[in-house]
Amino acid sequence: MSLTILNAVVAVVAAIAFAAANAAYLVWAERRGAGRIQRRPGPNVNGPLGLLQPPCDGIKLMTKQLMIPGGADKALFMVAPVLAMAPAIMSFVTIPFSETIVAHSMNVGVLMIFAFASLGGMSILLAGWGSRNKYGVMASVRAVSQNISYEVPMLITVITIVMMAGTMNLKELVAAQAGGIWNWNLIPSLSSPLMPVSFLIFFICSLAETNRAPFDLGEAESELVAGFHTEYGSMGFGLFFMGEYANIVIGASLITILFLGGWDCPLGLFPGVWWFLLKIYMLIFSFIWIRWTFPRTTIYGLLNLSWKILIPISLFNLLLTAGLLKVF
Amino acid sequence: MNIMDQVNSLLPGFLTADGFAGVADEAAGIVFLIMLATTIIGGIIACNSKRLVRAVAGLALCFVGVAAIYYYLNSPFVAMMQMLIYVGAVCITIAFAIMLAAPEDKVKPGPSGPLSGPLGLITAGLATIGMIGLAVKTVFPVMPKINMGSVQLIGVKLLTNYSMVFELVSIVLLIAILGSLVIARHGRSK
Repeated sequence: MSLTILNAVVAVVAAIAFAAANAAYLVWAERRGAGRIQRRPGPNVNGPLGLLQPPCDGIKLMTKQLMIPGGADKALFMVAPVLAMAPAIMSFVTIPFSETIVAHSMNVGVLMIFAFASLGGMSILLAGWGSRNKYGVMASVRAVSQNISYEVPMLITVITIVMMAGTMNLKELVAAQAGGIWNWNLIPSLSSPLMPVSFLIFFICSLAETNRAPFDLGEAESELVAGFHTEYGSMGFGLFFMGEYANIVIGASLITILFLGGWDCPLGLFPGVWWFLLKIYMLIFSFIWIRWTFPRTTIYGLLNLSWKILIPISLFNLLLTAGLLKVF
Repeated sequence: MNIMDQVNSLLPGFLTADGFAGVADEAAGIVFLIMLATTIIGGIIACNSKRLVRAVAGLALCFVGVAAIYYYLNSPFVAMMQMLIYVGAVCITIAFAIMLAAPEDKVKPGPSGPLSGPLGLITAGLATIGMIGLAVKTVFPVMPKINMGSVQLIGVKLLTNYSMVFELVSIVLLIAILGSLVIARHGRSK
């Protein structure tokens, strides 16, 4: 198919619309889920089941005045929320939703997602610094040290999988797992018996990388007001929120592609985009479930978990897989 | 004839595939100029801003521009590495260090050292003339596109033709890790 301006525009609009719609309705799902777990109704007034709550929230956020605190660094204060949302949308470019639904299949797809995810740290730093708020600075230092520490085991785990599949193209990574649940990377194979452990490590790291509870030290309400976005109101806050949920969708998509066979059916029947969506929403549900049922960790516990447990295990797994790949 | 072709047949000329190819050639130059401008503006912000954190943000912008140029030159792997290492690691580490060391704004000290003032101007002028001379004199051959940025090929080359470079880089990293450990341990009893 030849590339036209129309195709490009459709792809861009679809990516932004998908990210925004997900952000809006995942907030609803999160609040309803939280309500259910805490034995209260959650938002249920606007529309059936409260489904009109996200548009109401959106209108409220967009019509609110944009306040910039007096001492803030205006330029950085304005740039940070944009920087939180833009990389997340960029990452949608290379995510294959099915064999045909992919905007641009890149040979370095895995790298591209991690490269743009690393911009998220920059946005948190600039937000905390730019708002010139003690809580903000403390929270951004925390959040970034957390992001850096959890990037390491995450990337080591990804290297293990890239080594097995021999490609960094997300589409080819899925194709290597085609044909049923026994081919998925989640299931231990002869050359990588520790695959479920890798899955667990990657899952924990994606929770930490998206700043979700129990690892949401960057916005620990009980200690830091609202963390790095303390000073943000109206759509500045809205963009941070949307960026967070877009990042969750990307995290879930990556887990699905790397471990759960992408758009393949567990039994090898009717592969298609529906399986992909089913898998990512199940993963997102588990993210929400974990957020509302686990208490927040401490910053030392968090960093120790990464440097003393996850990194050694993932390094051992990497060496073991490399050795076994040579043998078998 | 699939649905996209049908849609294309209904569009005005410049929006169709052939028209777009023509526009794309024109647009490519503009895109390149935007990347160049991003890099230069980022560099200027990095050098001239009074607030250190702004300077780091400018540096990050500069690196993003450089990464975009790498991508433009058909080298996606290097572009992504540029983003991952320079923006994601180097800039964040610098910003981190600034936040931990100097929570208040530090105004940049004024010009100092023997190369400030006229001598510096002469040095900069000579360097600029030299660079312009090199850029004008060098013949830039148009290289054919080798592949779609295959990571495998880069890996093979790194472990065969350029294994020495690879080893030296890993030694540099090892020394950096040891050095940071020594600095971090300095003055601690346990």
